[in-house]
Amino acid sequence: MYKIVDKKVMAEGTVCQLEVEAARVARKAKPGQFIVLRIDEKGERIPLTMAKKNVDKGTLTIIFQVVGKTTAHLATLEPGDALIDVIGPLGMPTHIEKYDGPVICVGGGTGVAVLYPITRGYKEAGNEVIGIIGARTKDLLILEDEMREVTDDLRITTDDGSYGHHGFVTDVLKQILEERNDVKMVVGIGPVPMMRFVCKTTEPFNVPTTVSLNPIMVDATGMCGACRVTVGGKTRFVCVDGPEFDGHQVDFDELTLRLRMYVEEEKKSYELFKQKHA
Amino acid sequence: MAEKGKKKIPRQAMPEQDPKVRAHNFDEVPYGYDEKLAQLEAQRCLQCKKPKCVEGCPVEVEIPQFIKFIVEGDFAAAARQLKNKNSLPAVCGRVCPQESQCEQTCILGKKGEPVAIGRLERFAADYERNNNLVTIPEVEAPTGKRVAVVGSGPASLTLAGDLIKKGHEVIIYEALHTPGGVLIYGIPEFRLPKAIVAAEVDYLQKMGVKIETDVVVGKTTTIDELLEDHDAVFLGVGAGLPLFLNLPGENLCGVYSANEYLTRSNLMKAYKFPEYDTPIALGKNVAVIGAGNVAMDAARTALRLGADTVKIVYRRSRAEMPARAEEIHHAEEEGVQFELLTNPVRFIGNEEGWVTGMECIRMELGEPDESGRRRPIPIEGSNFTMECDTVIVALGTRANPLIPSTTPDLKLNKWGYIEADPETGATSKEGVYAGGDIVTGSATVILAMGAGRKAANAIHEYIMGNA
Repeated sequence: MYKIVDKKVMAEGTVCQLEVEAARVARKAKPGQFIVLRIDEKGERIPLTMAKKNVDKGTLTIIFQVVGKTTAHLATLEPGDALIDVIGPLGMPTHIEKYDGPVICVGGGTGVAVLYPITRGYKEAGNEVIGIIGARTKDLLILEDEMREVTDDLRITTDDGSYGHHGFVTDVLKQILEERNDVKMVVGIGPVPMMRFVCKTTEPFNVPTTVSLNPIMVDATGMCGACRVTVGGKTRFVCVDGPEFDGHQVDFDELTLRLRMYVEEEKKSYELFKQKHA
Repeated sequence: MAEKGKKKIPRQAMPEQDPKVRAHNFDEVPYGYDEKLAQLEAQRCLQCKKPKCVEGCPVEVEIPQFIKFIVEGDFAAAARQLKNKNSLPAVCGRVCPQESQCEQTCILGKKGEPVAIGRLERFAADYERNNNLVTIPEVEAPTGKRVAVVGSGPASLTLAGDLIKKGHEVIIYEALHTPGGVLIYGIPEFRLPKAIVAAEVDYLQKMGVKIETDVVVGKTTTIDELLEDHDAVFLGVGAGLPLFLNLPGENLCGVYSANEYLTRSNLMKAYKFPEYDTPIALGKNVAVIGAGNVAMDAARTALRLGADTVKIVYRRSRAEMPARAEEIHHAEEEGVQFELLTNPVRFIGNEEGWVTGMECIRMELGEPDESGRRRPIPIEGSNFTMECDTVIVALGTRANPLIPSTTPDLKLNKWGYIEADPETGATSKEGVYAGGDIVTGSATVILAMGAGRKAANAIHEYIMGNA
């Protein structure tokens, strides 16, 4: 069992942060990698990102948005409760190198949780790092302080204009790309539509763009192929080949459809959970 | 009984669930022999002095001896006799391809039907377990040696049992959350009840084998790290990467690998959704591509999940189908249809990205190919569309690169499988042994067990400094 040692509720109760004891995963975790967890015997296996790790304490911090049954159930857990399984670290770590120009790290919604350790990795490698993080509204914005610490320049956007730039992360991204022609790398992580627009924005500027995908997975060790995605016309498994890919090559249409494969079942499961916990 | 009398007894069938009923539940299909049937069948055995059946068994089970105990009514002794050579008789009695092994070489089979060795094996093992007669064998004095076993399928379970008895410390590292490997995630409940696998794992644990689940070797730890605090490592990880056809539309929703479909149903218990959280597509018209045991398992699972039609789509003819005869027979009885000499060309989907059909082409058989089977050749212009809302691709597996990619000094063959000595399981890396599907490619439970046994002997010699 993997004990929960700390919990924080963020973004008006829609986003939750749990610190979990998983020493052997924490020891190995690198930026860009993820875990799979299962809450209890009847639970499903879901992939989640590790926002932080503490090797001395042997803990991992996961941040997730409540979107369905498993995440809703996860959000009801308190310190002292435990998860039946935490497996990882899975996937390939981010390829981080020192560039002779700025790296722009763009995050939307809970995608910022995935983005944060990667941003930190780029900063620690000696890069000039520009961060752009956005949310629908100010209260939904997460990890602002942490992102500020690991960037040279952090821009904030909100869809409703309640904080920072009124508009989308891609507005600010485009503006920076127009102002500076020395940008060497863009990392875009967030909801699928946002990642698609980040890639569309960078394409005319010919800036390499990495996205981190979060499709449906089961075993997450390459055994089942549930997470397959088309990249550059080839089928890849996100769990072992990814989760990061060249965003300009990703078939986002296919990814969007595949993410909706169990939409009816997910609804049913969530409704039953809400009835039980009403 | 005189030999003549023996020959008059017909091969005894196993009572089983009615096909119409069982096609809608996940309970085991055969009920197994009762004591009377088992003794009747056991009497058919001629007790050959030079038993051919034993030669047909990859782990050389002492077949006439265990059958003799059944004739005498000492069923627990029969089970113990089996376990001398086969640590998983309840499993093998259910999933071994007996018709191409022990029963194929049974002398009775020359003129009539062979002794039902598999059914007798299953009976003895079940009798012992169901009557709580399983005894935990004494293990030898501790040697102070530690062996890491990666994966917990049939090769690893066999090896772990052998090494723990010799007094070594044995720790199994399993990537999934339940030990048993393919016996848990691959083979369905109606063919191999999970309680039987759990009992076998429990037996090993009672002997002292330790099992750590949720450890993905290659990620959570590496072979080199394991070698730091273990005297040897055995890799019994299976061939865990599904093959796809690489045809247009293969990533449509509703197109599964058999690995995914069966893992959802077996390991995650998706057939009990929403009691269990993991969902699975409940297709009305299901096409399964391939005709091996895994394809039969997937097809029969689809029926039980409520499909109206389930079709096995296979590019060769009935004679070449690689599945066990009993699986094909059971599938057919339950209503699985066979579209033979048929091959998919592309998958067709709707606006929501769901598969709605499969364009296929008819095939004919030409000259034998390198596998010795007649090569299927497409018949030009014979294309047609098969309606389906779920497709399961059951074409086999290849080697998962997780361990090789983090163990550069582990030599692989050209297909990506680990190179290992067929007699000892020794790999190119000192102290590292391998066996089962990760060495041979997709094969059978019993062959993996045979490899586990050989590697156990070799590891024992190696860590005791005799090799």
